[in-house]
Amino acid sequence: MSTTVSQDSPAVARGDALGRWIGRHPIWALVIAVAAIFFLWLVLAPWPAGFEDVFGKKRLFINALFNGATLGGLYFLVATGFTLIFGLMRNVNLAHGSLYLFGGYMGYEATQWTDSWLFSFVIAFISCAIVGIAMQYFIFRRMEGQDLRQTLVTLGLSIVFADLMVWVWGGNAIQIDTPDYLSGPIPTPIVVAVKSSGEAVFLQYPLVRLVIFAAAVLIGIGMWLALNRTRIGVMIRAGVDDRDMLSVLGYRVQWLFVAVFAFGAGLAGMAGIVGGTFQSISLGEDSHFLLASLQVVIVGGMGSIPGAALGALIIGLAEQFGQTYFQNYATVSTFVIMVIVLAVRPQGLLGRR
Amino acid sequence: MALLQTTETGPIEITDAQRGGAFSQWVSRNAAILLLGIVLIILPAVASNFILVQVVGWAMILGIIALSLMFLAGYGGMVSLAQMTVAGVSGYMITVFGVSSLPAISLFWPWWIAAPIAIVIAVAFGALTGVLSSRTEGIYTIMITLAIAAAFFYLTLQNWPIFNGFAGFTTIPAPVAFGVNWKEPLPLYYLILFFAALSYIAVVYISRAPFGLALQGVRDNPRRMEAIGYNVTAHRVAAYAFAALIASIGGILMVWLNNQISPGSAGIEATIDLLVIAVVGGLGHPIGAFVGAIIYVILRTFALDALVAVGLDGRRFQTLIGLGFLLIVLFSPDGMIGLWRRLVERASRSGNSNNSGNRSGH
Repeated sequence: MSTTVSQDSPAVARGDALGRWIGRHPIWALVIAVAAIFFLWLVLAPWPAGFEDVFGKKRLFINALFNGATLGGLYFLVATGFTLIFGLMRNVNLAHGSLYLFGGYMGYEATQWTDSWLFSFVIAFISCAIVGIAMQYFIFRRMEGQDLRQTLVTLGLSIVFADLMVWVWGGNAIQIDTPDYLSGPIPTPIVVAVKSSGEAVFLQYPLVRLVIFAAAVLIGIGMWLALNRTRIGVMIRAGVDDRDMLSVLGYRVQWLFVAVFAFGAGLAGMAGIVGGTFQSISLGEDSHFLLASLQVVIVGGMGSIPGAALGALIIGLAEQFGQTYFQNYATVSTFVIMVIVLAVRPQGLLGRR
Repeated sequence: MALLQTTETGPIEITDAQRGGAFSQWVSRNAAILLLGIVLIILPAVASNFILVQVVGWAMILGIIALSLMFLAGYGGMVSLAQMTVAGVSGYMITVFGVSSLPAISLFWPWWIAAPIAIVIAVAFGALTGVLSSRTEGIYTIMITLAIAAAFFYLTLQNWPIFNGFAGFTTIPAPVAFGVNWKEPLPLYYLILFFAALSYIAVVYISRAPFGLALQGVRDNPRRMEAIGYNVTAHRVAAYAFAALIASIGGILMVWLNNQISPGSAGIEATIDLLVIAVVGGLGHPIGAFVGAIIYVILRTFALDALVAVGLDGRRFQTLIGLGFLLIVLFSPDGMIGLWRRLVERASRSGNSNNSGNRSGH
């Protein structure tokens, strides 16, 4: 019964569910509400003096928050492809970090030739999608169902790709220039400090990071809509649940696999440009982003897009706050989160068994 | 998962040696491995110190660590990428508790205190890895253990109070004990050989002991084992702890041989190389780990010159390793061991058909 209701009017059903949940757990709802209000106060209000002594400068906190959220947006772009490929094909694509790096390098080449930052996204998407299609069509199609063997193949490919990319682009870090219309910081309505004269100091934050974060959110919403409102989305979700049955029903599962692999790889490639603009791309970044993708899907839930979004936000924030407040143990914070999630909910926060 | 279900537990073939006594039977069944042992024991008589320590010794250490991976993957069905990390933990711990060039961090305790502490910590770490990855099954194991390995790598890179950041530690000599300076090439070689043989024998023994058989049952059908009353999780965690014991010994030897440890020693590349070694050698038999290791070390040592000699860029070593690994995974999933078994089978089949046609149906 409830499923039909939620399909007809999801928004209403969700509102009901929220109300019912509050009715059932009034104390938890209160705790969450108080925490949310406290968090908003932390972000928006200027901090009292005693507070800054304990937690450090507010500027640090706000910067960690913004950097963490925008880094989470980048992680989301990389990890959605990973989680989608895993969910549909049961293929742990350990070459996903290599696709990220390859996209970054191709985007860099495109900006060198055409001077257009936006156009480089197209180039990176297409070139990574072609690599993804080739991988799925020539290799993984031939070893379907042997998930360990597929994983080992992706591992071998990642070794070869990494070495070939060093060959072509060398070991030095490459930075992709931010286009003029997005460069520089913009003022935000968030007070980070109050001068002795009583004048409020507002946070200045790089525009490009905010734009990228908004784009990641839009892509996430777009993917959610595509998965839940379109015919191909229905096919993908059905394939995640039971691909044999989907195939029996006469759908071209192989074409679906190729399409999803191409899309996931293309997203990773576009994320490479984002990463190259945010930070830089270099040797070793492939394993960094592979690790990030792994952590995101382990925390968020394997094969789930909302899970990838939640996981990416959590891992991004944990990494930035870790680097700000306990530098020597920054990676431990993400590791501890992973351990807690595995202990409490092995399938991930939003994952299904 | 056909890749993993190729281990053999007991004697499969019944040979002519069955007619002899128990001892000669045993000898003929293990002829190859006994011959290898004898060759390794008398090797110092002919080989230079470089070959002895940097090639054979290094291969045996990698083989010990790869053996722990082979044990988990082959008998337990759990492909753990955290075994190099376990070795790294014990290597770092013996440096922190023992001797190094950094008195600010190292405690300079004697080896007979530092080594057991390092092993205990590494085994605890390995068991914890097991507890975590046993929460899920199958392919998730690779993801979780790879995440653990990478997290440890970035921790060692960023952490200065304990791990001394990217610089790591240098000057970590093997100790002088029982009147022997184990730092010298010859004693070090025999020390490594002793532990390689010990861990090989231990894995072969465990694989035939009740625990090893139960573990293989857990690998093949965890639900059925659960139903007969075995504690599946406990068996898995115990397997991780045993594998960690082997890997931690390998880790200490690794530090003593290299005389240094840094994040790269247990980094992501080293982690993946270890998996390459185990898979190329073959996950079907404990000797595979050592076969893979010697192939890897020989390539690592001599491929650069060989590549240059045929007119290629010597720095493309990783591509060579990656392509070789891909070829093995694509065409001989049970590794060199499987290749060897098939060759022997074919040779014996053709030999038999030449001698007497009626015995060809073996």
